Amino acid sequence: MTQAPLFRQITDFANRANPYPLYEELRKNPVLHEEEGGPYVFSSYYDIKALLHDPRVSSDAANLAAAGTDELARVEETGGLPPSFLRLDPPEHDRLRRIANSAFGPPHRPRRVENMRGSMTAIVEQLIDAFGDARQIDLVDQFAYPFPVTVICRLLGVPREDEPRFRAWVDPLVASLDPDTRQGADTEFSKAAQEARMQLGMYLAGLVEERAKEPRDDLLSDLVNSHGPEGAMTMMEVLSTAVLLLIAGHETTVNLITNGMLTLLRHPDILQRLRQDPELSVTIVEELLRYEPPVQIVPQRTCITDIEVRGVTIPKGSRLWLVLAAGNRDPERFKDPERFDPDRGDIQHLGFGSGIHSCFGAPLARLETQIALRELARRLENPRLVADPPPYRQNAVLRGPRHLEIAFDGLH
Amino acid sequence: MAADYLDRLRREGRIVIVGASLAGLRAAETLRAEGFAGELTLIGDEPYEPYDRPPLSKSVLLGMASPLHTELPHRWEIDAKWRLGIPATGLDLAAKRVKLADGDEVPYDRLLIATGVRARPWPKEDEAGLSGVCLLRTREDAADLYQRLKAGPRRVFVIGAGFAGSEVASACRGMGIPVTVAERAGAPLVGALGGVVGAVAADLQTENGVDLRTHVTVTSLEGDPVGRVRAVHLSDESVVEADVVVVSLGSQRNTEWLTGSGLGAGPRGIACDAGCRAFDFRGIVTDDVFVAGDVARSPHALFGYQFLSLEHWGNAVAQAETAAHNMICHGADRRPHLWMPAFWSSMFGVNIKSVGVPPMGEQLMITQGSLAERRFVGVYGYKGRVIAAVSFDNTRWLEFYARQIEQGEPFPVEFPTMDRRPEGRQPVPADFPDPSLPTHGPTVTLTGYSPADQQLVFHPARH
Repeated sequence: MTQAPLFRQITDFANRANPYPLYEELRKNPVLHEEEGGPYVFSSYYDIKALLHDPRVSSDAANLAAAGTDELARVEETGGLPPSFLRLDPPEHDRLRRIANSAFGPPHRPRRVENMRGSMTAIVEQLIDAFGDARQIDLVDQFAYPFPVTVICRLLGVPREDEPRFRAWVDPLVASLDPDTRQGADTEFSKAAQEARMQLGMYLAGLVEERAKEPRDDLLSDLVNSHGPEGAMTMMEVLSTAVLLLIAGHETTVNLITNGMLTLLRHPDILQRLRQDPELSVTIVEELLRYEPPVQIVPQRTCITDIEVRGVTIPKGSRLWLVLAAGNRDPERFKDPERFDPDRGDIQHLGFGSGIHSCFGAPLARLETQIALRELARRLENPRLVADPPPYRQNAVLRGPRHLEIAFDGLH
Repeated sequence: MAADYLDRLRREGRIVIVGASLAGLRAAETLRAEGFAGELTLIGDEPYEPYDRPPLSKSVLLGMASPLHTELPHRWEIDAKWRLGIPATGLDLAAKRVKLADGDEVPYDRLLIATGVRARPWPKEDEAGLSGVCLLRTREDAADLYQRLKAGPRRVFVIGAGFAGSEVASACRGMGIPVTVAERAGAPLVGALGGVVGAVAADLQTENGVDLRTHVTVTSLEGDPVGRVRAVHLSDESVVEADVVVVSLGSQRNTEWLTGSGLGAGPRGIACDAGCRAFDFRGIVTDDVFVAGDVARSPHALFGYQFLSLEHWGNAVAQAETAAHNMICHGADRRPHLWMPAFWSSMFGVNIKSVGVPPMGEQLMITQGSLAERRFVGVYGYKGRVIAAVSFDNTRWLEFYARQIEQGEPFPVEFPTMDRRPEGRQPVPADFPDPSLPTHGPTVTLTGYSPADQQLVFHPARH
């Protein structure tokens, strides 16, 4: 029996729990093109970094569609909204991201994320308190999943009393992004997702309208009232930006927290150190983004002209897969790359990508995960894995456990 | 023999670093990180531990950061003797001793000179002494200027529209203070980026309310009876009333203390080889004196082996690390300082960054964005290859252009890029005021080096 092409083995669910041996194989052939019409797959740190900064490489959904799509690069349905800046090239990308940035970070909103530290800690405490007398929990459903939604609600400015309604729309929406559930989607399921999308859109539109009239200290108010040199976002652009923040910020953080706890439970010495020194959470999260990044592959890139990588000409219009997780363990870049080592001084990972599309929500994801891991380490008494490896989500791009059962002796 | 000496040096040798700023500190940390266990002495003329300068002309002037709180974070425990507030006054190469202003002498086995530069003062001493005439280089300069800006002057006058001067003007406008900028050339930033980009910087200033005067020089500063500056006289015979004057005429290298030492040191810096070893005045390389940071001049393979002297933050760090590494390792393990020149600035809400050596550029192409929108990447060409790039609010692409420079990619830039406009399809003269370019070409062909090992590949020239 002939072996399936390497790039198909990556998408094969059978390899989801540990794709790293495949990535090692990949790196032996850093510019891999195995099938006519198939993607060009890149796995070396330096090549990926270069391509992420290459102005001949496009993220535009329209260019991608012209190149033909594959399973991974599928453009998510936006429910009639214009494409978010994640799927746009300059100059449109720059305009939207710049406006979004002025609502999110310095210099205009220098402490927006940092100021959420207190409320994030409180949310984490409540979620852990809610474990109650249980001696076993599913970290995904009971913690890693609800936490980021609550945070993004507070950030956008969703009133607290609306949070339950909001979650009820977000859950099926996020679930619909998972090819696992999509493939077996019966009409009822997709109808529910469609319905949720509409409801959420209408709800956000209402909220945006309110904020336009009466701005508050929240992100939506800033987005809708932006009047910089770039002009303002249209109502539709505000909505697609809000949905982007919601979805992209959400799925990734769930996986980062879950991968984080899984990794710590596999490295009890480091978990113990974190318990004694909460500050260690900062470098733990950075090393985690290198070692087990939630976004494993960036498959939504094409080149707008012939480009050359390592002497190989990549024809114009080819689809590119940048395997960030393979680059993150490239021995040409990192010493002892297969080792989880928060003490390595040099952790310039690709976990958040690089270049103009580098993760917009990185400051938020970092802080959320630092607080989550720190508090879990502090409060769970003698935590241990119930199953290793845990069951994984279908998705090869956004990789993470679907459930993470953790047994423990009590709460501190 | 040599190996023995090196082992002893690493174990119990004496290393002295003159210059306790960014380069000095990073060198000290690198020495310790790479296992130097001997005696380490840092000598600095300022009374402070190393601090960071870029904020001094930006957030400090806007009151967003305190000038007293820009200490550089230590990356490594350096366990050094600090001799702060005492300038070095001389060097005895033969006896291997550094002389200090207090009469003390510090012996060394290996010496690193990282004395950097200082601000060039207003040349007429009596005028420079007027109250309200400021420089901006040190922490004290920044604290003083901030106090003066906070007091709400009627007008600030900035002499010189280089990066520092333009940043001061930007800070003034940010605080709503009227400001006049005088520049000898035709536009701001012309020396660093050329006339085409300078014109964009000029628009940026005037649109932000700066009273920009170009093609003029300041002839004199006028004081009032109690010794405060009150007006500035210009070569076009105009007079501008101002109560604060910021002299921003570039910098001078701190090499005077080396006069007579025999080292190849002068107003242009201290010449050294690519491994940061200083040359003596005869052009012979020393083996125990190393140089790093703003005061060093070293040959760079990417730029025709020209001796480059770079006042860039990143250069100070990289060169210090290379110098420190080379100070304590065997000849074959030494690394060349092959740093890609890069600097950044921010003014009037725009981020400006460049890679390579723009002043070597003869021509310019706008490969992304547009000059009119003031969001663009411009690529400089020299003798048919890409030599530098500059970005306004487009920083994240520059890594790509840095690679183009490293690989000696051809210029003009033919390939399409995202956001390439028709105006950027043809090269235009970059318009530097003094296009004195080197005439000799390299005798080795640069084929790029792996970022992993920072090594060159040697190819003999074809005849």
